[in-house]
Amino acid sequence: MNGIDQVTKTRERQKVIISCLLFLMVFMLFWQLNTKPSVGGRTEGLPGPLAVAERAWEMVSNPFYDRGPNDKGIGVQLLYSLGRMAVGYSAASIVAIFLGVVLGLYPTLYRAVNPYIQILKPISPLAWMPLFLYTIRDSGWAAVMVIFMSSLWPTLANTAFGVNSIKRDYLNVSSLLQLSWLRQLFKVILPAAAPAIVAGLRISMGSAWIAIVAAEMLIGGTGVGYFVWNEWNNLQLTSVIFAILMIGMVGVLLDVGFGRLAKVVSYTE
Amino acid sequence: MSFLNVDFVTKYFAGSNGSGDLCVFRDVHFNIEKGEFVTMVGHSGCGKSTLLNIIAGLETPSKGGIILNGKEVTDPGLDRMVVFQNFSLMPWMTAYENIRIAVRAAYPKWDRQRIDEYVHQYIDMVGLTGSEHKRPAALSGGMRQRVGLARAFAVQPKVLLLDEPFAQIDALTRGVIQEELVRMWMATKNTVFMVTHDVDEAILLSDKIALMTDGPEARLAEIIEVTVPRPRSRETLIDHSEYTRIRKYIIHFLVERSRKIQEQGQK
Repeated sequence: MNGIDQVTKTRERQKVIISCLLFLMVFMLFWQLNTKPSVGGRTEGLPGPLAVAERAWEMVSNPFYDRGPNDKGIGVQLLYSLGRMAVGYSAASIVAIFLGVVLGLYPTLYRAVNPYIQILKPISPLAWMPLFLYTIRDSGWAAVMVIFMSSLWPTLANTAFGVNSIKRDYLNVSSLLQLSWLRQLFKVILPAAAPAIVAGLRISMGSAWIAIVAAEMLIGGTGVGYFVWNEWNNLQLTSVIFAILMIGMVGVLLDVGFGRLAKVVSYTE
Repeated sequence: MSFLNVDFVTKYFAGSNGSGDLCVFRDVHFNIEKGEFVTMVGHSGCGKSTLLNIIAGLETPSKGGIILNGKEVTDPGLDRMVVFQNFSLMPWMTAYENIRIAVRAAYPKWDRQRIDEYVHQYIDMVGLTGSEHKRPAALSGGMRQRVGLARAFAVQPKVLLLDEPFAQIDALTRGVIQEELVRMWMATKNTVFMVTHDVDEAILLSDKIALMTDGPEARLAEIIEVTVPRPRSRETLIDHSEYTRIRKYIIHFLVERSRKIQEQGQK
């Protein structure tokens, strides 16, 4: 019985992989066929997959060069973006988890501030940009603050929800054992709410990665968002398409990391 | 002065549809001596688990109070440990860690090694050796409650509170763990207050059995002595004439008198 199950599973997997590759080939072919051939080095319309692949190879083989403000390798640009994100996202996560725990533990307080959270939550993080530019007077830090705003709310809401729905039983045990509040926080509250918190962190990471591209287009200078905009200004569409793919890839890698983390903190009751 | 004194405790729950407060039980008054095993038996809804939670400090009485060793107790503390019906183990911790967190809390001055040895001692005592690094989800109901018992005993509380501890364990395992509990209790001579609606369990384990009338407005009807000599086991118990007499008496009480007394009380 198990053996048969295994065989069907393997076949199912093969089917998935083959169809997946097939879709890619069909798409590539369609794309190539709809690309006008280049005339004397100049391409009309969108560049085809071959041209993009050629450009991609060029950029991937030398990702970390730096020849002045308008000519940096894609690796350098991605590192700039990831660095900004690390700062803004980490700060936002610490603040969001702290506030989330407090709001989760005091439902009355949560209900009192909830209207403000609801109003702030749907605001595009980019809408804050002018205010940050005016107050901070540094475009780099303004971009970091945009990341901060974009990754605050999902973690905050999920943490508050997770802490608020901790089973009464666990808190009863912790009060019977007279745990100090610090031990209660690290041994009971955070582990109990960890699955919800990590789910929030994961969503926050996604929206931060989305926001960074737009923020860097606005502030200019460095980062993958600026790279896309700069290449557009140079009419280097091959680079633009390649950069779009890279943004997607990095996004997937970040998400996979959080998938792993989610497995580590999950538990069954 | 007795060791644990439940002093005319009354509990109201807030009425659901604005009909005023609902009285769960009224003026429950009894004593437990040091080292005694007292069990409360009653139908669902008579508030026996609520009373246990009040003794534990997890709920507050509407009237009356709990006096332990001459002092009134109102908050939860390490001197009263509960073994819960649903085990209440932390699912993200292993069996070992679940016991360890209690031991660390109870003996804050001990070093790592001493804590580790002590935890293993209790893991051995309840027969968990080999499974101590599994999480509760990977353990059977019986094994989980062994963790619960080890956690409670390891703290060495003044009073052990057992809230229908075997209700969620299959019948065969239940018997085994009940006898383990008897053995542990004989060894430690803990003071125990248990709540159950299993009459056989009550007779097997207890020195005294407190009978509650039906709720709402339940009352403590009477306390009977279990005159079956110790040590007891499930096998020898069923042949004992006192066992048959007490069992008949309690079942008669639960089937007929618990209702009647309650109705008389409400008039």
